[in-house]
Amino acid sequence: MAVQDYLRQRFFPHMWCPGCGHGIVLNSLLRAVEALQIDKNDIVMTSGIGCSARISGYVDFHSLHTLHGRALAFATGVKMSKPGLTLLVPMGDGDALAIGGNHFIHAARRNIDMTAIVMNNRIYGMTGGQFSPLSGCGIKATTAPYRTIDNDFDVVDLATAAGATFVARTTTYHAKEATEILKKAIQHKGFSVVEILSQCPTHFGRKNKEGDATQMMENYKNITAPVGSKSLEENPALLGRGIFVQKERPEYCTEYAKLVESVMKEAGK
Amino acid sequence: MEKKIKFVQGNEACVEGALYAGLDFYAGYPITPSTEIAENLALRLPQSGGKFIQMEDEIASMCAIIGASLTGNKVMTATSGPGFSLKQEAIGYACMAEIPCVIANVMRGGPSTGNPTHVGQGDINQARWGTHGDHSIVALTASNHQDVFAMTVDAFNIAETYRTPVILLLDEAIGHMREKLVIPEDGEIELVERLRTSVPKGVDYRPYLPREDGRLPMSDFGGEHRYNVTGLYHDMWGFPSANPKVVNELLRHLVDKIDTNINAITRYKEHYLEDAEYILVSYGSSARSAIHMAKNRREKNERIGVLELQSIWPFPTELVREKCAKAKAVVVVEMNMGQVLAQVKAAVSKPEKVFLANRIDGKLITPSDIKRLLRVIQGRGI
Repeated sequence: MAVQDYLRQRFFPHMWCPGCGHGIVLNSLLRAVEALQIDKNDIVMTSGIGCSARISGYVDFHSLHTLHGRALAFATGVKMSKPGLTLLVPMGDGDALAIGGNHFIHAARRNIDMTAIVMNNRIYGMTGGQFSPLSGCGIKATTAPYRTIDNDFDVVDLATAAGATFVARTTTYHAKEATEILKKAIQHKGFSVVEILSQCPTHFGRKNKEGDATQMMENYKNITAPVGSKSLEENPALLGRGIFVQKERPEYCTEYAKLVESVMKEAGK
Repeated sequence: MEKKIKFVQGNEACVEGALYAGLDFYAGYPITPSTEIAENLALRLPQSGGKFIQMEDEIASMCAIIGASLTGNKVMTATSGPGFSLKQEAIGYACMAEIPCVIANVMRGGPSTGNPTHVGQGDINQARWGTHGDHSIVALTASNHQDVFAMTVDAFNIAETYRTPVILLLDEAIGHMREKLVIPEDGEIELVERLRTSVPKGVDYRPYLPREDGRLPMSDFGGEHRYNVTGLYHDMWGFPSANPKVVNELLRHLVDKIDTNINAITRYKEHYLEDAEYILVSYGSSARSAIHMAKNRREKNERIGVLELQSIWPFPTELVREKCAKAKAVVVVEMNMGQVLAQVKAAVSKPEKVFLANRIDGKLITPSDIKRLLRVIQGRGI
């Protein structure tokens, strides 16, 4: 099936700004789904609120565009009630880790089988460029006219500590790498987190003088290095890219199915 | 299932009703005084292959049941005041996206943390207007365990019929009190099952296109029809739309589908109402005291009756006006500052004849409390 067959063409044109990284994330994701040949009827995409969240409308899967921060909670209900479905949960950085932070760590703790994609542009784009918990210190935003004094989360560390069994990071510059990582994340049985740095030239780039979209993407190339590479080892200021965690741990829906089976057996049904 | 007699808490009667109605999926968070609903379902649901999940918070519980409803499950959550506040945004989502679900709110004293282990009925207006924006909602209540069972079954039936969230407004006294419950045999109470679309695979399915009878057939997530569900105003395919015509028609539909069916949704009971000069309007555990008091006074030939409301929203304005038309005075008995009182005053032709017998101190209102007020109204002194 061609990639465009996964798109709802009548939903276009999309609402993302010129140069936005989110379209590249969508591209990488659809190519991963295409490569895995998952039936469209078996995929549910659940999203929250924000620029990132609009992605669920553009794909020809079962799509659930929910409330700000709550995508993982809705997804948990879908997955738990029909464990055979593949859950894709793209979220923005504020969506996933500010208002949705509690659901994020608890979904990781349960190790429920779904793929959480944090489309990290370090800003609240849809509301006009306010800083997010992934902006970090010294950033200019409409709610930080004198620069931020807030520390940021490291998504990889946070997801790992919370119990996610697949944790990875990549960028929109590395679109093919993103596809390969997403393929592994979707195939992984458990809670997978993939952080994808995604440029917002309109708000973040403009306010912080990072240049246009291509310059911002170029920057992703310069500030990252593959996990296990010599350059990362030699330069700790670089941001690691690739798969950080990939391990087996009992998955929530599988464990619940076992529980039901043993309870029903005991009840003599 | 054989007819079973049980001695249970009201919260357990609610569980029995939910299971009878075909509950498949429950998500919840511990909160007094509703916790027994979660505890009993954690025990019972796996026994019949159902799903129970304790979520990380009240908001997540509400979101999870909406997700599970979309795969074709009958779903429920239970909570109390503070948790009910937290769920409001997602309840609005269920209104907007038209997702069948049942929310039990076992009311306690409020606002805020209030009086968690004591009775109150302060969430009447929150059930109606807790979420933002115009919408309509169904809220049911009950004053004894047989009715808790019946209203719980009804809540699921109404949720499926109108594709709407239904609020089950119980209270602490009902939830924790123990009394007899007869569980009906299978088939004794009619159940409304999920109405699924007959649109075949490959043909354009429009999830928000009503049939002639106004109902909207659904398609389970995971099935042949892939469609979009959103809390934004949306067209008949579920695609977001800010088109004024689409917005206007959808909001009117959301309100009308409940309000125009008020007669089908309204549930009430009459106690000694035929020739009553004084009418007590009440619901939930307050109604028990009202009924008790009316029964006692009848024995002394006082013409007192009770109109017990079992559906509070949409408020049965016509019914209240009709039943109270000949009353010398109407006394609304409730455990709040007059939330149903305001509705009754708005319903009747002589609002100056409507009085409030209430208690808001965490204690169950007693027949004596009501009697004292009634004597004052009657000009007989306390």
